[in-house]
Amino acid sequence: MSKLLQVENLVKNFGGLTAVSNVSMHLDNNELVALIGPNGAGKTTLFNLLTGVIPASSGSIVLSGENGTYPLNGKPAYKIADMGLSRTFQNIRLFKNLSVLDNVLIAMTSKFKEGFIPTIFRFPSYYKTEARLVAEAKKLLAIFELTDDVDVLAKNLPYGTQRRLEIVRALATKPQILFLDEPAAGMNPEETANLTQLILKVQHSFHITILLIEHDMSLVMNLAQRIYVLDHGSLLAQGTPDEIQANPAVIKAYLGEEA
Amino acid sequence: MKANFKYNLVWLIIMVAGFYLMNTLILVGVIDSFIENMLVTIGINIILATGLNLIIGFAGQFSLGHAGFMAIGAYATAIVTQTASTPGGFYASIFIGIVISIVAALIVGVPTLRLRGDYLAIATMGASEIIRILINNMKITGGAAGMFNIPQFADWPTVYIMVCVTTIIIVNFIHSRAGRAVKSVREDEIAAEAMGINVTKWKLAAFVLGASTAAVAGSLHASYLQTIAPNDFGIMESISILIIVVLGGVGSITGTFVAAVVLGVLDTVLQNFGALRMVIYAAALILIMIFKPSGLLGTWELSIKKIFSRSKRKERVES
Amino acid sequence: METFFQQIINGLSLGSIYALLALGYTMVYGIIKLINFAHGDIYMLGAFWGYYVINVWHFNFISALLSAMLVGAASGVIIEYFAYRPLRHSPRITALITAIGVSFLLENGMSYLFSSNTRDFPQIIKQVNYHIGGVLISNIQILILVTACVLMVLLQLIIKKTKMGRAMRAVSVDPDAAELVGININWTISFTFALGSALAGAAGVLIGLYYNSIDPLMGMTPGIKAFVAAVLGGIGSVPGASVGGFIIGILETFVQSIGLSAYKDAVVYFVLIVILLILPAGIFGKNTKEKV
Repeated sequence: MSKLLQVENLVKNFGGLTAVSNVSMHLDNNELVALIGPNGAGKTTLFNLLTGVIPASSGSIVLSGENGTYPLNGKPAYKIADMGLSRTFQNIRLFKNLSVLDNVLIAMTSKFKEGFIPTIFRFPSYYKTEARLVAEAKKLLAIFELTDDVDVLAKNLPYGTQRRLEIVRALATKPQILFLDEPAAGMNPEETANLTQLILKVQHSFHITILLIEHDMSLVMNLAQRIYVLDHGSLLAQGTPDEIQANPAVIKAYLGEEA
Repeated sequence: MKANFKYNLVWLIIMVAGFYLMNTLILVGVIDSFIENMLVTIGINIILATGLNLIIGFAGQFSLGHAGFMAIGAYATAIVTQTASTPGGFYASIFIGIVISIVAALIVGVPTLRLRGDYLAIATMGASEIIRILINNMKITGGAAGMFNIPQFADWPTVYIMVCVTTIIIVNFIHSRAGRAVKSVREDEIAAEAMGINVTKWKLAAFVLGASTAAVAGSLHASYLQTIAPNDFGIMESISILIIVVLGGVGSITGTFVAAVVLGVLDTVLQNFGALRMVIYAAALILIMIFKPSGLLGTWELSIKKIFSRSKRKERVES
Repeated sequence: METFFQQIINGLSLGSIYALLALGYTMVYGIIKLINFAHGDIYMLGAFWGYYVINVWHFNFISALLSAMLVGAASGVIIEYFAYRPLRHSPRITALITAIGVSFLLENGMSYLFSSNTRDFPQIIKQVNYHIGGVLISNIQILILVTACVLMVLLQLIIKKTKMGRAMRAVSVDPDAAELVGININWTISFTFALGSALAGAAGVLIGLYYNSIDPLMGMTPGIKAFVAAVLGGIGSVPGASVGGFIIGILETFVQSIGLSAYKDAVVYFVLIVILLILPAGIFGKNTKEKV
């Protein structure tokens, strides 16, 4: 059986600097995988390559679907999002001046088509589509306890709620794979614990694959089934949480040469 | 569904009432031809400025070339109605103007909309000037002297209806799936792209829609004033449309209406001041901007829906 | 070949005036990200000042030039203080409209006070033409080129070598950080306006000499051309503004010389658009990529 996402020898050079070098990895269906590594290891760059925000210098990214395989490299980000790869951002990038509901509706744009003429002249079909869209968005917001905030502007939400909304927005694109970039950054232990529950819930009730970048080791070790460790742009190790915790190379990368 | 019908009905009633109000005021002589002229100019400016507000305020793309698209509409109408001098010819000319301006907007927009901020502003300004200079040097457009005796098919009811139609189109566009996509591009292009929004396509959609309504305004302008010249569509015209947008509030269509009316009336009143007119106008502009930096209305919108739900809430509180 | 060199000489003279104006645009933009629409009108003020002092007070060229620079600097500082400073934290488009308002005010105020007639600029320097290898060059062209180049070198020295220049560069990169290390932001911005506007004042006197006629609306078209030059060179970049100015000056004269003067501006804008499509931040501009 082929893997859901297969990455082979992915490379990204910025001028003379190699940010990601020869990374090969895979993701299976309904799997929760963590990507860890010291600051500047190239984790976010790898996310940007996988979601098409920046093009790779070389290597391949292939998505397997029901009807065969689709190469993703070279595709624009919006097409990759359409094919079922969605993400959150390390430094929250919500649509700040729009309402919570609008933030979620925007992520559904390409899933609900409505023609120009019916939209402009408000045909009954327009209202029907719009009502379905809003209903679906509200359903999703309800799962994440954001029902009371639908009309609030995203910028006015508390920090933790903004992170939650980013996850909801990403889910609204109906992804097969969800990339979470440091979802627990800036959260206190209680919030992190809630987030852990939330991520588990997402994985189970939406049947999706999650790849997550995180520095909070308690969260990573609790959640991840497998872990990839990135250091200086290349893969240092991979394996189960137990294997990673016992890996001398990983310990060295995190604690320095003396350890 | 029923509620939506109610809001739309209220708007329809407002539009029809406005029409009859004007009609009556003209019949009883309160509105003379001088005021009528002012109102028509205001109407044309509203069409221009709502289109530009869509591009700048909602899509977040700083275009300074609106006058170029207006010129296309104006010349399409002038040229077509001089040979086909019938109302049918006039409406066909509006259509032709729209089509040409859509093509021009695509030619200008596809390459330049990749640019950001002020670079885009200068590039669109340049493109609009190129359009004007081409018109200035063509035979069919009458060169620098322009065109005269264009048959008048656009009277105030035509302009009024066109204001209503273009505003409905733009407002409905903004309050829809398309409008949300366009606004997400303004907010954060990278996040929008990651959520499956084809950023280039939606930028272009807003730009093309704005350009085509500008062409309609140009057609009305040519047919109502009956005289046009390339210099009517220079950088200063683009700037005066921009002033309406910013003065009303970038991102507020209601504000655009208010600003167009305020500036139109101000302009008419100042005509009594002769040479001082532009001095006062300039000083007023500076003062308004300093004391109201986000425009007269900011991003506030008049919404029947909100008024209804507010009064409903009040009833609930009272009962 | 001779006509080619002739056009180069003419283009450089015109271009040096655009370059002087473009420098003011680029400096102001670099520091407060404002397209100072009124910049072209300061150049007009400089020209009118030169006209006045030469006719009434019988100034010579040097004192007319220097005093016009002072007047330019003073008006730039005053405009910044009253019109732009209150809007420093407002949306940029608001400041732009205010700048347009200031431009209208200067143009129409001058027309109102001194009439909108075109005037002959007094020719304090008698024009002498030299033929060098078949190329005609006048002493005024040499004077304009030399003055413009001297001013540009001086400007570069001020920006690179003085404390104030360092402060200007610091504020343009990060105003908040500059303030934290003890730079007086208001002072620095005023100084930038003074410097840029002084160059515009000088350009006004030079254009008066070159074209021999001035009017209250004379700043409009060169103002826009100079801004285009600044964008072409990469707005915010001082060498970019000079290069952009010369490119546009030479381009215009060449298009004119091949008989397409009606399309002169169209060609300039077309070249601008093409260059921006290849280099989205102009020739010397830094193309900053957003970090994700």
